[in-house]
Amino acid sequence: MRFQAGGVTPQSISPSLYDLFIQFLIIGTVSFGGGIIAYERILLVDKRKWLSSDEFMGYLAISQTMPGLNSVNLSVLAGDHLRGIRGAVLATLGLIFPGSLFVLAMGIAYAKNSDHPLANLILVGVAAGACGLLAAITYRIGDQHWRKPKSLAMIVVTFGLMSIAKLALPIVLLIMVPLAIYLYRPSVNS
Amino acid sequence: MSQLIQLALTFSFLSILAVGGGTAVLPEMQTLLAHQFGIGHTQFVHIYSFGQLAPGPNMLMVLVIGFQVAGFFGAAVVLLSFFVPSSILCFCTGRLWSRFGESPWRRSIQNALEPISIGLMASGVYAVGRASIVSPITLGLAIVALCFILATKINSVLVILGSGLIGLIFLKYL
Repeated sequence: MRFQAGGVTPQSISPSLYDLFIQFLIIGTVSFGGGIIAYERILLVDKRKWLSSDEFMGYLAISQTMPGLNSVNLSVLAGDHLRGIRGAVLATLGLIFPGSLFVLAMGIAYAKNSDHPLANLILVGVAAGACGLLAAITYRIGDQHWRKPKSLAMIVVTFGLMSIAKLALPIVLLIMVPLAIYLYRPSVNS
Repeated sequence: MSQLIQLALTFSFLSILAVGGGTAVLPEMQTLLAHQFGIGHTQFVHIYSFGQLAPGPNMLMVLVIGFQVAGFFGAAVVLLSFFVPSSILCFCTGRLWSRFGESPWRRSIQNALEPISIGLMASGVYAVGRASIVSPITLGLAIVALCFILATKINSVLVILGSGLIGLIFLKYL
């Protein structure tokens, strides 16, 4: 995938740390309503050609497999690929800085007005809308899994353990992860 | 001080368990916050919901929870403990990966984790739904929002704001 562990890659195009930070800062500022992975792909693969399409897909797969937010994991991996550990830190900081200020401002306003009747009425509708959004995202991410019996069974069992049996998340993972890895082991797929 | 340590422990724990993205830990986060910091389900869902209006990664709303519990220090502690552990793990994996390359097991592990994380997200929908769908009007708003987002390419921020405004009109004037 790359020739050196971290550091400057031998590619002709290696961005400055400043440029890397600014480009991720722009994504962190304009990505209202989600879709950050798409913005990251446009930046890394299409606009600046810092990664090949193949490298991007490889990093995306690692981002999705590891715990943590996919978009943040991807900025860590892409930043490391381009400029080593400092690149990883700066790309990630750029990505989360604008949104952090935004939510903090809203959080302060919320803490000051949490008993305001009008604000509360708006929040009732906002929460219902956000619930619809979360359901839509879950449905989309599930994609073809909803139609595969094996996947659907895993989804239903995970949901049941978490929401109906009300087990703690580590226990749910301790039960489901070994079981799922066994069911999806390489010999079965190939 | 003990609250800051508790925040750090709780959110580092959630960071490491967030397989398939932050939304997978929503139900666990809701439970832990209610038990350890007395943050009620309604308050949690409010914070989660307006957090969806922000740009950037969709779980930055955890900062607001830190802020509610322990002010700006709380927000800083939560930011570090929610994002640093998983990022370090991913960073190390990325480096190992480029050393060891492809293995059929990587594909298997990803295939195995995907349905689990979808199941956990479904639990997140259930947890958020139980606190946000409290009347026929809110049920209607959630369904309309769901349909709008699935059927059109409309920006989700507009859907959430629209839902807030329509809810306000319904609840105040009807």
